[in-house]
Amino acid sequence: MADKILKKLNIKVWRQNRASEKGKFETYTIENISQGSSFLEMMDILNNELIEKGVDPIAFDHDCREGICGTCSLFINGRPHGPDTEVTTCQLHMRKFNEGETITVEPWRARAFPVIKDLIVDRSAFEKILQAGGFISVNTGGVPDGNAISIAYEDAEESMDAAACIGCGACVAACKNSSAMLFVSAKVSHLAKLPQGRVEAKKRARNMVAKMDELGFGGCTNTGACEAECPKSISILNIARMNREYLVARFSE
Amino acid sequence: MSNFLTSSIGRKFLMSITGLFLVMFIAVHLLVNLLLIFDDSGELFNNGAHFMATNPLVKIMEPLLGLGFMIHIIWSFFLEYQNWSARPVKFNQRKPAGSSSWASRNMLVLGSLVLVFLIIHIINFFWVMRFNPHTMGTVNIGGVEMEDAYTLVSDLFKGSLLYCIFYIIGGILLGFHLSHGFWSAFQTLGLSNKNWLKRLQFLSTVYAVIISVGFTVIPLYFLIKF
Repeated sequence: MADKILKKLNIKVWRQNRASEKGKFETYTIENISQGSSFLEMMDILNNELIEKGVDPIAFDHDCREGICGTCSLFINGRPHGPDTEVTTCQLHMRKFNEGETITVEPWRARAFPVIKDLIVDRSAFEKILQAGGFISVNTGGVPDGNAISIAYEDAEESMDAAACIGCGACVAACKNSSAMLFVSAKVSHLAKLPQGRVEAKKRARNMVAKMDELGFGGCTNTGACEAECPKSISILNIARMNREYLVARFSE
Repeated sequence: MSNFLTSSIGRKFLMSITGLFLVMFIAVHLLVNLLLIFDDSGELFNNGAHFMATNPLVKIMEPLLGLGFMIHIIWSFFLEYQNWSARPVKFNQRKPAGSSSWASRNMLVLGSLVLVFLIIHIINFFWVMRFNPHTMGTVNIGGVEMEDAYTLVSDLFKGSLLYCIFYIIGGILLGFHLSHGFWSAFQTLGLSNKNWLKRLQFLSTVYAVIISVGFTVIPLYFLIKF
């Protein structure tokens, strides 16, 4: 089946040369975009046209383009990763848009995610949080025999669900408080649910939350927007678990 | 424990603890107030009010309640300011409606409106009962001389349509605030899991409706009957 062609689209996009400069919105018109193409392919086509016109192409993050690396971002028409659920921007297709529409494209906005250029933001804050505790440093020995360490099915499932987080930052963008709690709680949970990670659970929760606070993310008000907009549907139950881990850690000091 | 209360989760901890304390208070408050509509002679309510005013446990809880209100209110503005400053450049376009409830996004707005209501409500009743009881009439019920709180309350509602509407709006606003606040407090304390999250959210709605309906019924009763 041939995909419909969108004859004309207006792309209102944030342009900013560098972190220290002020940015502004520019609107570009693009013609004949197949609804079968992905959002990033549309951006590629637009960039080709800009290069031909001698305009600086729009900078945006992308890598695997199959929804698993967490590199792409973009706040499209008021929602992180655009008007589709459970997909990243690279998996968003142009069939979600209408003929003649003006599509607003913005970078993630948060104090902890400063803009580097155009639509690219510096998400190294997430790396710093991981460095503060998103690891296991106890000696877990060699490769254990299968089933030597028994883990309840539920625990394994919950751990894997939390580990599905790709660290894209959509939760921070979706949150009215720019809170990183969904990300941090996913990282806290996926290790805390397993016996190897259990050993350092208290220290991990304390250190990762402290780092998150230090980097200037907001607090959680349980709106649930992060879960709804997360491309991997990470549950806010992880936030409850992180709160529990953190409170237990602090009260047992 | 040095920096616990300034950490993001510690700040929220204080909000949820005080919030749950106020949740309990509001249930007691509603129970006593509902006595207003079950006895038009006012005997029942006056007895209830007299009991609350003289009970030693209530006397102990009164300053604690005041403290709970103060912490919950002052802390909320402080928290909201910090959350607000976590995004110095705002989004140009935002469509949050599909991913979160209106009440959850506007807890400060709802809370502030409830605060305005609370201040006027305190001036109307609490202030008079607590600090100017001599301005109220007295009644003798079963040989006990007590302040006529029933007349104070019922006169306000009987005499003013505006106050009735004001108290109805107050009840509705409080309901919306509770519909998010109740389950949110448990979530913040980590007292939620995959079975209990849905149950708490359901309970939250039920509780909000009970409180909201309960408090709006009182002015409505006076409005319709008198």
